[in-house]
Amino acid sequence: MKTPDQDRQRRVDAKASFAKRSGEHGVGWLAVSPALLLLVGLLFGPAAAVVLFSLTDWQLGSFTFHFIGVANFRALFTDPTFWKALTNTLVYAAIVVPGTVLLGLVVALLIEASPGLRGFYRAAHFLPVMSTMSAMAIVWGTMLHPTIGLVNRGLGAVGISGVNWLRDERTALLALALIGIWQGLGFAMVLFVSGLKAVPQQLYDAAAIDGADGVLDRLRFVTLPMLGPVTMFVVILTAKRSFEVFDSVRVLTQGGPNYASEVLLHRLYTESFDFLRMGYGAALTVIYLAIIVLLTLTQARLLERRVHYS
Amino acid sequence: MIARFPYRRFAGRIARHAILILTAAFALLPFVWMVSLSLKPPEEIFQADFHLWPTAFHGVENYRVALTAAPMFRFLLNGLLVCTAIFALQLLVCIPCAYALAKLRFRGRDTLFSAVLVGLLLPPQALAIPHFVLLNVFGLLDTYAALILPWVISTFGIFLLRQFFRSIPDEIIHAARLDGLGEFEIIWRIMIPMTTPALAAFGIFSIVAHWNDLFWPLIAVRSAEISTPALGILLFRDDEAGQFLGPLMAGAVIIVAPLLVAFLIAQRRFIDGLAVTTMK
Amino acid sequence: MAEIELRRIEKSYGETAVVKGVSLSIRDGEFLTLVGPSGCGKSTLLRIIAGLEAQDSGEVMVAGRCVDDKRPKERDVAMVFQSYALYPHLSVFDNVALPLRTRRLSFAQRLPFVGRAVPGRGGIEKVIRAEVEQAASMLDIAHLLHRKPGQLSGGQRQRVALGRAMVRHPAVFLMDEPLSNLDAKLRVQMRAEITALHRRLGVTFVYVTHDQAEAMTMSDRVAVMTAGELLQVGQPEQLYRDPQDLRVAEMIGSPKINVVSCDHWISLGASLPPGIDGNTTHLAFRPEAVGIAASGDRRLNGVVTSVENLGSDIFLNVALADGCGAVVVRTHPDISRSEPGRPVGLQIDPASLLQFDGAGMRLRQAEQVEAAA
Ligand SMILES: Nc1ncnc2c1ncn2[C@@H]1O[C@H](COP(=O)(O)OP(=O)(O)O)[C@@H](O)[C@H]1O
Ligand SMILES: [Mg+2]
Repeated sequence: MKTPDQDRQRRVDAKASFAKRSGEHGVGWLAVSPALLLLVGLLFGPAAAVVLFSLTDWQLGSFTFHFIGVANFRALFTDPTFWKALTNTLVYAAIVVPGTVLLGLVVALLIEASPGLRGFYRAAHFLPVMSTMSAMAIVWGTMLHPTIGLVNRGLGAVGISGVNWLRDERTALLALALIGIWQGLGFAMVLFVSGLKAVPQQLYDAAAIDGADGVLDRLRFVTLPMLGPVTMFVVILTAKRSFEVFDSVRVLTQGGPNYASEVLLHRLYTESFDFLRMGYGAALTVIYLAIIVLLTLTQARLLERRVHYS
Repeated sequence: MIARFPYRRFAGRIARHAILILTAAFALLPFVWMVSLSLKPPEEIFQADFHLWPTAFHGVENYRVALTAAPMFRFLLNGLLVCTAIFALQLLVCIPCAYALAKLRFRGRDTLFSAVLVGLLLPPQALAIPHFVLLNVFGLLDTYAALILPWVISTFGIFLLRQFFRSIPDEIIHAARLDGLGEFEIIWRIMIPMTTPALAAFGIFSIVAHWNDLFWPLIAVRSAEISTPALGILLFRDDEAGQFLGPLMAGAVIIVAPLLVAFLIAQRRFIDGLAVTTMK
Repeated sequence: MAEIELRRIEKSYGETAVVKGVSLSIRDGEFLTLVGPSGCGKSTLLRIIAGLEAQDSGEVMVAGRCVDDKRPKERDVAMVFQSYALYPHLSVFDNVALPLRTRRLSFAQRLPFVGRAVPGRGGIEKVIRAEVEQAASMLDIAHLLHRKPGQLSGGQRQRVALGRAMVRHPAVFLMDEPLSNLDAKLRVQMRAEITALHRRLGVTFVYVTHDQAEAMTMSDRVAVMTAGELLQVGQPEQLYRDPQDLRVAEMIGSPKINVVSCDHWISLGASLPPGIDGNTTHLAFRPEAVGIAASGDRRLNGVVTSVENLGSDIFLNVALADGCGAVVVRTHPDISRSEPGRPVGLQIDPASLLQFDGAGMRLRQAEQVEAAA
């Protein structure tokens, strides 16, 4: 007679010997260990450190620091430039997101409408996505130059006198948003095209049989509803990228004039690495992190739903 | 239906091309402008009337200045070196981890995967301060290591490759084990060759991101010798020679060209690669 | 020499027990088929034999030795998978050569990049090439060696998978539904080829299928499995004639065995056969054990609902009265012609009636017990 205990022991032995033999357990840990170490050392450790920094008065190079509670956050929230940066970022996103999504959608629909020059159009619209933003921002800077710039030359040709786009408080952010749309358009287009390709032809056939056979009918009853999930995805993605705008600001305006084009990430950069106010920078980082995490979670939720639907 | 209204179809085509040419012009204009300026002498740039093609060709001179006044090739080489190193190390770290998460059973696997998912939430910019401090402590600021190390772990890469590895049937792995392959041999001989398109997609994503990145090089690097292209062009602009638009635009062309040429050669790969990696 | 012995194998995934204490002896050189409905744990049991999966308890013995602490590659078993599991990026030659390479090349010779340069590899490769070509010609795939699996038809892939398994002369062949991805015609042809292969190699085959026809036509012995348990092991003939369990009786044979409960039997006014056991709740009989007669008292009566003419045989579906179920009758075209709607009586050979109790266990009539003893 075997007791249940012996039985259990046999099971444990069998499992242990299998683990040894197949080595799945050992190999598993061996395979993930570099990633695990780096995950802790370069991701979670630092993320915790940011939160810690945000509660101290630590300065780069100093050997002591004190916990000062939420003082950094209080300083942040009473700092008008922070609010200026936040609202600017929101305004920037409010221009770039609809601009990019709408233009991207229109371009995608037109590109897919018929095969003529399709490859050329796709490549042309995608080119900005691939290009190094810092270099292209410099180019945009010359295009927006008040006298020799292409934009004002063009406006002058039709009798309008343009402004100094990047030095004018009213237009600086707008100009940056224009550049943002320019760069994001191609990517939105590509995502929309892949969404369009996924619309089953039978739906169009069914719609045609149901009497919806004009271009606009097809668009309204089939294409756009089917693109709903992709559209949401592109919106979130573009929003996230808008909150990450940095290169063009750094290269062209550095937040000026008079903070008219200051944005969160640029603020974060200048406070932390130009002025080396680490505690303040860390507090700003925490806020920034919260916003991005929220957007990413929304995006993940949407992706998940799309997976479930398909 | 459409066939009965050929004129309507024709009008539709014209409208399609009209709009697309307009938006394509918007997308391409900066490139055209950049190349145009890079071929012009200074006085022509400031002229009141504008010609796309320079009346006095100054291209050779501009590109010569760009290449001699700043170490342009050095920037490109740095970019190549840094991007390759980052991608190689990412693969080295991600592939075994992704394989283990996808196909091996070991205690703590699900916890680790949750950690990877959480890691996916962290934007790299938010870790700039601690990374900076860490590199400062080890005296690594302003070195190649500073440009490479923070990117060695890519939760995105782990996640993406895990998804692809999971799509490979278990039976293949069972067959490989019966055929006598060890786990690391399975990774090398079976998983990697079977997922090359996915690895290529991840490579394109990683290389494009780091070639174009300005934020981190700006923090980690001061000297021109190890600047990546995105930072290099800024250094050039702030330089004396960069005050002249012709050479500056020539520099921009040199910085932007490699990725764009690669893109034009392998368009489909790039577009699909970037689309696939974001949609996963 | 490779008989296999399974001793009280158990396996659960989480809370669900998938294999529940299976004991089984497989003789050396035998073709044994594990048959059962899908999801009953056949593949799991096979993977446990292969060493790809750990049993929770119990032992696997191969050739008299416990192999529980051996890795799959050390067990001297080869496996053919349902999906064939060919490596899509390798040519047919490399697919078949892989198991030889991993066994014969040294660690250094197998290293990425540098392995090719390690001395001695060329000679080994030459031998491997010869063996792969021999196996390939035996399976009639010699002309496909340079192709990739993606360029092959289903049947050709199947052969490559067989080639990869046999090239290293394993003591045991494990096959997990190897034919289920083939079309019907090819399946019948491959059945014959696999049994021929078994005869030629003379090694132990353990073959898993959910298709009872495969089990019946190919095997020396069949093990019937449901829900993680072995119900009966025996020669195909024996399982067909003498099932121990109602579930075995229902699984083996096509069309399915007819089962009528005693209650229905009585309510239909038919007399129960003589000598019936008191615990019997169900009576079962094969379609060929029924004859068509005029309807009458004391026998099962029904109405023909459909007629399937297969040329050599005719199957009549007969609905019993009062919704008491249906019975399939197998007759010869020359003997009986019937059309739907005709009322018929069923004449059942009492000697071939099988009795089962409430738990589905077989009950034997006195004379049957004697005959069996
Ligand atoms: N790796 C696994 N994890 C969890 N459950 C599994 C796993 N493999 C098989 N199962 C479950 O075990 C049962 C038996 O599976 P399997 O042995 O593949 O059945 P069969 O081959 O007889 O169709 C099924 O219910 C299946 O869902
Ligand atoms: Mg199975």
